[in-house]
Amino acid sequence: MLSRFGPWIKANLYILSLTILFIASIVLNELLKTHYASIAIMLSLTILAGYHIFKKAIIDIRYKIIGIDLLVTIAVIGAMILGDFFEGAAVTYLFTLGHYLEKRSLEKTRSALSQLMDLKPTLARKLDEGSETMVGLDELLLGDIIIVRAGEKIPTDSEILEGVATIDEQMMTGESLPVEKTVGAKVFGATIVTSGYLKLTVTAIGEDTALSQIIHLVEDAQDKKAKTQKFIEKFARFYTPLIVLSAIVLYLFTFDIRLAITMLVISCPGALVIATPVSYVAGIGNGAKKGILFKGGESVDRLSKAKVVMFDKTGTLTMGKPELKQIKTYDFDENELIKLAAIGEKYSEHPLAIPLVEEAKKRGLVAQEEPSNLEMIVARGIQFSYQTDVYTIGNHRFDSVLITDQIREDIEVLESQGHTTLVMAKNNQVIGLFALGDTLRPDAKNLVTKLRKHGIKKLIMLTGDRDRVANVVATELGLDDYHAGLLPEEKAEIVKTYEKSANTIFVGDGINDALALSYASSSVAIGGLGKDLAMATSDVVLMGGDLVKLDEAIRLSKRVRANMYQNVLFALLVVLFLIVGVIFKTVNMTIGMLVHELSVLLVLVNAMRLIGKRRN
Amino acid sequence: MTKSIYQLETVTCPSCIRRIELSIGKLNGVSQVNVKFNASKVEVDYDEQVITKDKIGASITTLGYKVLNVK
Repeated sequence: MLSRFGPWIKANLYILSLTILFIASIVLNELLKTHYASIAIMLSLTILAGYHIFKKAIIDIRYKIIGIDLLVTIAVIGAMILGDFFEGAAVTYLFTLGHYLEKRSLEKTRSALSQLMDLKPTLARKLDEGSETMVGLDELLLGDIIIVRAGEKIPTDSEILEGVATIDEQMMTGESLPVEKTVGAKVFGATIVTSGYLKLTVTAIGEDTALSQIIHLVEDAQDKKAKTQKFIEKFARFYTPLIVLSAIVLYLFTFDIRLAITMLVISCPGALVIATPVSYVAGIGNGAKKGILFKGGESVDRLSKAKVVMFDKTGTLTMGKPELKQIKTYDFDENELIKLAAIGEKYSEHPLAIPLVEEAKKRGLVAQEEPSNLEMIVARGIQFSYQTDVYTIGNHRFDSVLITDQIREDIEVLESQGHTTLVMAKNNQVIGLFALGDTLRPDAKNLVTKLRKHGIKKLIMLTGDRDRVANVVATELGLDDYHAGLLPEEKAEIVKTYEKSANTIFVGDGINDALALSYASSSVAIGGLGKDLAMATSDVVLMGGDLVKLDEAIRLSKRVRANMYQNVLFALLVVLFLIVGVIFKTVNMTIGMLVHELSVLLVLVNAMRLIGKRRN
Repeated sequence: MTKSIYQLETVTCPSCIRRIELSIGKLNGVSQVNVKFNASKVEVDYDEQVITKDKIGASITTLGYKVLNVK
């Protein structure tokens, strides 16, 4: 039993011995108030508990700072002069105990970040002339070859040289499903290989790794102050000297030094000063854990106030990658059509060609046959020969291809659904149509519903794409409005117009939307790793490209704001209540200090609610 | 010009920021001090010819803040 408590007692020896002295002081204060032994114990408690307070007060005087330590020191000296050794001892003890507890709970509000840091592996399996050796992470150099096996953490950012593995990248992207990666792919330090074996070459070490950069970003964010926070700090700077002044005035009017000193103790702005920053720190930390990176308190504030959300389309609401949506044939076998198309397009790198080849693969129709006389025709498509026939795949601007009214009508129907059509012809006779389109992100619709439920008044899409395509997406998602065919500067203009009447959030991928992002009062980037620019320019980054996190981010920002207001209000009320208590002489110095420290702890506990895993 | 980052034990009071910034900032050779309150880190820019990394660390310790590590 004792052995289990041993380490705990050792770690808290200082505070424990102070507590024993304090209890002794209480007892002695009741029984032998004026005995020299009692005074000796109380004095030693005052010195033991107070020397670091007094030391800080002396430093503060040197730099002309009027801080809480100075107030406490004045109060203690005052109590000694009055001969009230118990009050002096109690005030220093409670102050020190409060500080000790505050430190522990502050560590907790900041814990989200240290959890990120704990993810960093410490060892790596380095391959050196054919043999594996375990080395410390800080001994790794760029270009070193390392080995990672199933169940192990990837030590640092690297590129795959050999092997296939499924990797759990949840801590980086928030994606719960492991991804499969193989030769040439980049992997991130601290992600976990769930199965497989990898031979890697190190591409980044130390502070340059993606994880270190995220940690750095979050650290900066937690210290970037929101306006309210700055105000509170300024307030505290004037508040403390004001309290000293009013204590002096109080003394001059009442000649009651005890009253004046009590006033000093209870007016310490501790809870007030800590009330705002802890809410932000806990909220930003919690966000980071969920893959929502806030850039600072200001970003939290701005996000919470938004009423209008504007989206970029491609890559934000949609996947940004064309897919084959529909196939139409004209007296031709569908599989044969796809097989022929894949033969012709297999060397094409055009984004519209890739889905055709993929479809052929999916249907197991990959042909080894090579096309002949392959020709790329700019702004039209491709032409190639296979066996004895000539084929074309492209838009309907191939002059030689005969397009009947029926086919023209079919194209019209497909394009009105927001698709892009490719026409395939054999010897100038149309044999089939391919309709390609961008797919909505699976969570886009869900997000729209959630945003409306959580107080967003207007949802608008801004896109450079054609009106037709934009219309289909906007209708399917049930957006309030859309603007199509926009150039980047036109997007920015529209953002500016809306910004005049309401706080807006612009959600984009941060590169071609950079201008619009900078005009919105709050900007959110759907990021992933490697999108450094997106991370740099926006207020909030949603990691792993998970759009639904936008709703979570907005809700979190509102919770942080509410939490901060609760804290400030509570702290103000406590101070007010104490001041009234002191004036009517119902609150003495010890009770004042006790209530004061308790209020600080309550504020911290309230902020800690923001770290919790509450989900609904 | 050199930059060192001192990781302190959890810093609890915002007034600590001013205390550290003012007193370390006044050391000879130190050109800039930035205290990251929430990360409990102190970033110091200084001239290595005039003052050493350890000396700055020692000054922070004298103020009453334990330095856990220096980068």
